[in-house]
Amino acid sequence: MSSRTTANELKTVISAPVESAEGSHCHLCAQCHLDAECVRRDFPILHQKVNGGKQLVYLDSAATSQKPRQVIEAMTRYYEFSNANVHRGLHVLAERATEIYESARGKVEKFINAERPEEIVWTKNASEALNLVAHGYGRKFLKAGDEILVSHMEHHSNLVPWHLLAKDKGCLVKGVKLKPDGTLDLEHLDQLLASGKVKIVALTHVSNVLGTINPIAKISTKVHAAGAVFVVDGCQSAPHLPVDVRTLGADFYAFSGHKMCGPTGIGVLYGRYELLDNMDPFLGGGEMIEEVRVDSSTYKEPPLRFEAGTPPIAETAGMAAAVDYLSRIGMNEIRTHEKELLRYALEKMTKIKGLKVHGPLDVELRSGVISFEFDDIHAHDIAHSLDVDHGVAVRAGHHCAQPLMEWLDAASTARLSVYMYTTKAEIDVLVEGLKKIRERFQAA
Amino acid sequence: MADDVPGTKSHHEESSLDQLYRDVIFEHYRRPHNKGVIEGAEIVTKGNNPVCGDRVTVYGKIKDGKLDEVRFEGKACAICMASSSMMTEAVQGKSLSDAGAVADRFKAMMRNEVPFEPLPEVPDIEALEGVRKFSVRVKCATLAWTTLKNGILEYQAGRRGESSTEVSCTTD
Repeated sequence: MSSRTTANELKTVISAPVESAEGSHCHLCAQCHLDAECVRRDFPILHQKVNGGKQLVYLDSAATSQKPRQVIEAMTRYYEFSNANVHRGLHVLAERATEIYESARGKVEKFINAERPEEIVWTKNASEALNLVAHGYGRKFLKAGDEILVSHMEHHSNLVPWHLLAKDKGCLVKGVKLKPDGTLDLEHLDQLLASGKVKIVALTHVSNVLGTINPIAKISTKVHAAGAVFVVDGCQSAPHLPVDVRTLGADFYAFSGHKMCGPTGIGVLYGRYELLDNMDPFLGGGEMIEEVRVDSSTYKEPPLRFEAGTPPIAETAGMAAAVDYLSRIGMNEIRTHEKELLRYALEKMTKIKGLKVHGPLDVELRSGVISFEFDDIHAHDIAHSLDVDHGVAVRAGHHCAQPLMEWLDAASTARLSVYMYTTKAEIDVLVEGLKKIRERFQAA
Repeated sequence: MADDVPGTKSHHEESSLDQLYRDVIFEHYRRPHNKGVIEGAEIVTKGNNPVCGDRVTVYGKIKDGKLDEVRFEGKACAICMASSSMMTEAVQGKSLSDAGAVADRFKAMMRNEVPFEPLPEVPDIEALEGVRKFSVRVKCATLAWTTLKNGILEYQAGRRGESSTEVSCTTD
């Protein structure tokens, strides 16, 4: 690591006067490719040693990404110069806060190519965004006997809201099966759609376990031909792939801030305006109302209709900085970098005897997560050993995707996930670590 | 930035993995004692730690108010498997209330609530002392014991035979 930020430098940076998110150094070096070493300078947290002097190797970005100082500073600046409540004050700070809040919405709109900013609803996370659709759309428009399609590779957050809805309304939830290579079985999707009863199809864009990138645009044509509404979980795609909700044909698209260099506590629901406009509120409270009497109330237009109470405001400042940051580097660049890392990691890992990688091996079909099993060594032993002995952070467990674990016939897997700041050298540390773990467990 | 954030314990020699993965633990992990199903057992209880994926089922055959035979099945990490193996040895032949008390005492030791003292029934338990230094692994070591205790309570509450309950260790 050529650029280790010292604690003092960091202090200076944070207390420095407002600095443009455009920054001074380049991330795209001579050949116009993303330079991870260069990008890493923006992420203070990566420059530390852990567990007795081991350089931290963070390979858990699918759980949450690290934050560049531009995002951290934007939030600090908000609290230092602009903090106020939004949409209700008549003073200068309230104006500033509202401007930050609404301009961030505009940035997200452009980031995913929505048609208008009113199609962007702020939520506290992606789970809330999906619950909002199940509640605001599902409870209003679905009736007993209607069907909701999900798949066997969904995160619990794209399953449980539909279970609750189905239980409430007497609907049926059915799961699209997977093919042996870990891709969606589109023929099975066709069969399920043919029932004529499907009203909602809720699928993930990218699997958080297998890394599979689902052909959302192709699927949306089928979903719409069947007369259903298409809800897409974009948690693992918005941070890593160029996303154009209109090209994808998503009616709703949910994602979280913290997985895309933004803060925790904020998520996004994109919804086609026409759909949002016909939906009931999810939560009731301040900000979302037009007129309130003791016994009844009327509600604002979207998106404010769905933003009850004081929203996460500093977090929108962080989101705006995150979107600026990702856009400046370029989503295509990020994807290219991650593909290169995937290719490198898959080549090295598939050469390790006894190591089994889940999901498609073609990097064009998968995003930057690799779930694996290693001999009969339990994932918890793998993850803990990598952490203590090598400073490598990976995830182990069921990854909040129990139906998928059942399909894999695994109680748990270990998972590494990469981002723009991940280097090949870090993959090397992981691979060496895995070899050492086997030595320890074989010697036993 | 500084090496190891001040105020947090560095893991150096003190708590390296060698302290966790002791040879005795690997022996129990490789060749667990009393592993298998007991057909017709009065106690059949599942334990599941969904966070890390440890899963065990504890079987107990009861005769004259005592645990005549205790076995376990499971897919779990080395610490959990070894601790399950030791648990079966520690409670074999004990009355239900004694077995429950041993389970409680073991859990209290692992959580640092009482000093660590090897149980006379199973001297190998001494090898689990190092687990206490790794807070994320304590639940791995206590899963089978929590599961057994739960099974005993179920049995005492009159739910016999095929009753099988899910113990989630996430809040344990």
